Amino acid sequence: MTEPVSKAAAKPVNARTLTEQEFFFGHKACAGCGGALAVRLALKVLGERTYAVLPAGCMSAVGFIYPQMAFGINAMISTFAGTASMLSGMAAAARAQGLNDVHLIGFAGDGGTADIGIQALSGAIDRNEKIIYVCYDNEAYMNTGTQKSGLTPFGAHTTTTPAGAMSRGAGNRKKNMFDIVTAHGITYAATTSIGHIQDFLNKIQRAAAVEGTAYIHVLAPCPTGWGIATDQTLAIAREAVDCGLWVLAEYEKGRYALTKTPQQFTPISDYLKKQGRFRHLLEKEVEEVERERDERWSYIRRHWNCL
Amino acid sequence: MAQVKQFVSGNEAVAIGARLACPQVITAYPITPQTVAMERLSEMVGEGTLQAQFILVESEHSALSAAMGASAFGSRTFTATSSQGLLYMAECLHYASGGRFPIVMMNANRSVALPWSIYGDHRDSLSLLDSGWLQVYVEDAQEALDMILQAYAIAENEQVLTPVMVNLDGFTVTHTYEPIRVPSQAAVDAFLPSFAPAIKMDLAKPLNMGFSSTPADNMAFKYQQHQGAEAARCVIDQVDRSFGEHFGRPYGGLMEAYRCDDAELILITLGSVSGTARRVVDALREQGEKVGLVKIRFMRPFPREEIAAVARNARAVGILDRDISFGYEGAVYTNVNSALAGNGQVPPTLNFIAGLGGRDIRKEDIETMFLRLASAADGRPFQRVEFIHLGVMTDD
Ligand SMILES: Cc1ncc(C[n+]2csc(CCOP(=O)(O)OP(=O)(O)O)c2C)c(N)n1
Ligand code: SF4
Repeated sequence: MTEPVSKAAAKPVNARTLTEQEFFFGHKACAGCGGALAVRLALKVLGERTYAVLPAGCMSAVGFIYPQMAFGINAMISTFAGTASMLSGMAAAARAQGLNDVHLIGFAGDGGTADIGIQALSGAIDRNEKIIYVCYDNEAYMNTGTQKSGLTPFGAHTTTTPAGAMSRGAGNRKKNMFDIVTAHGITYAATTSIGHIQDFLNKIQRAAAVEGTAYIHVLAPCPTGWGIATDQTLAIAREAVDCGLWVLAEYEKGRYALTKTPQQFTPISDYLKKQGRFRHLLEKEVEEVERERDERWSYIRRHWNCL
Repeated sequence: MAQVKQFVSGNEAVAIGARLACPQVITAYPITPQTVAMERLSEMVGEGTLQAQFILVESEHSALSAAMGASAFGSRTFTATSSQGLLYMAECLHYASGGRFPIVMMNANRSVALPWSIYGDHRDSLSLLDSGWLQVYVEDAQEALDMILQAYAIAENEQVLTPVMVNLDGFTVTHTYEPIRVPSQAAVDAFLPSFAPAIKMDLAKPLNMGFSSTPADNMAFKYQQHQGAEAARCVIDQVDRSFGEHFGRPYGGLMEAYRCDDAELILITLGSVSGTARRVVDALREQGEKVGLVKIRFMRPFPREEIAAVARNARAVGILDRDISFGYEGAVYTNVNSALAGNGQVPPTLNFIAGLGGRDIRKEDIETMFLRLASAADGRPFQRVEFIHLGVMTDD
């Protein structure tokens, strides 16, 4: 038996104190999968009194191939749209059974979160269910072969937004899930990146300690879909933050905070050029991405009151 | 045993039945004509006469997803829906049966759009006959209450582990007030033990419950699922007998045969119209006609042998469907024909489509059906599928 959750949560988790016990192993994710790393690390923080729900998507596809089950804790695949509602049912059952020292966590992709699952997520936040919802964002529907999702960034080549003579990749903007979630007045929300592991561990720990719904959005590169080498996952995840396209932030009790404030952005073109999915972008399109980054940051500076 | 008389609607009877079954988690999303059942349950939770976690979800898809989460956790769960809501949760219906979650759900039978209609027929549930759920159709408020209790006993039986859908005709049963007998909690507890599933998520022995399987294994799981639904045949009988012993009200299990012993013309019905049909059979019997009625109670598992046995000496069999598979015939008709053919019986079978979208099925309509059956039994040509009492658009 591990210690009760409250005590475990009080002890900071870092590279030195991270348990060697594995709760997600033997899965069939591609080499260098950012999503798999996010699941693995989150479960190490939360420990064995944890129940996980994963909707259709890469992490359920690689984790539950009967009879090879990759989860060492209680875990289950939900319907694609049903992550937050299945977790809600578990939370209700936990209350009914007087189990108040367990963690209920969902790991959904960007499609499962921002598109098909957003209704159930919204409902769960509305009820303030005591659950942790992790969106591992690989910026496309990867399990079905890299199609555009609501979180695919502008310009990205996907199989449904191909880059060709007449098409320029994804045309719309990345839906802002963090703002959508915080607009609910959620108990705790954070954005993080698998390139900033300590930041991710801290936020999972924080999420585990709050009384109510916690949402964590982790940028989790997918070498297969992004067109990067399998050993570049963490580097590219870091670079997304360094160039200002991804923000490390927290929201609690109506207040926003940045957990990393880049003094100066690295060039966006460097970040984009390293990835196959952006290879076709023209200079003016890169400038477009840059302009949007600046707009986002100016919004953050105006509204978050934290710089 | 103490049973208190109460004057309630079908929806309220369901709520009372659910309360007596003591579910730990109830998930709810409103839709006419089911809404009152959920309102009553939320009142009971509010008053403290029912200790359950009541969660107001944001859709029917979520209602059943949440119920599955709770069930995996080892809690007894209840939910209710109707029509568009049932269709909206269709994905989860297959999920729940494949995951072998013994969830009990009330469905208020209601037509499906388009055209929009809040009134009753059976197209919602019958279109989901293949979703892996056991389906029972009740006739009145008393049967509704009783079947909620029986449904848990059936669903949770280790041989079965299959969710059960308890169907009530929208408005006809859900909104009609009737006197019913409400058993005491102690009597219900003696009939229905509390939920203690052998397989559930367990902290001492963690389990991965919903999973994918390769073609090599999938069929084995589906075979087991089929075995579960087949095993329900026996279990339904046992549970009904036990229920009869506890409360004095056995229902006959998969189906009920009414005045069929020497019947030459048999009409087969589903749901509340059975009451009207019974009166017509009585009247025709008084005139010396050898007619009988089969009220199908369970569409899954289907009373295959039972129907074949009852119809053994029938000269013609009529099937009243409050649904239609467009371009073919009614679902009940297909199933009855299959049962008869499987047994080598080939009497003329006539499919009467009636009561779609809440259209009334009158005594005269049922008399018409028996007239058609008599004519077919006498060897005269007949129409296989006929819309009865179609209204303004017919020639007659
Ligand atoms: C209702 C439904 N629609 C479509 C699918 C097919 N499907 C399975 S996984 C998937 C994509 C998942 O994408 P995402 O949520 O971003 O997770 P990822 O695969 O990238 O990990 C899709 C479309 C499904 N399983 N269920
Ligand atoms: S396709 Fe991408 S997200 Fe899916 S398992 Fe492979 S690396 Fe991970």
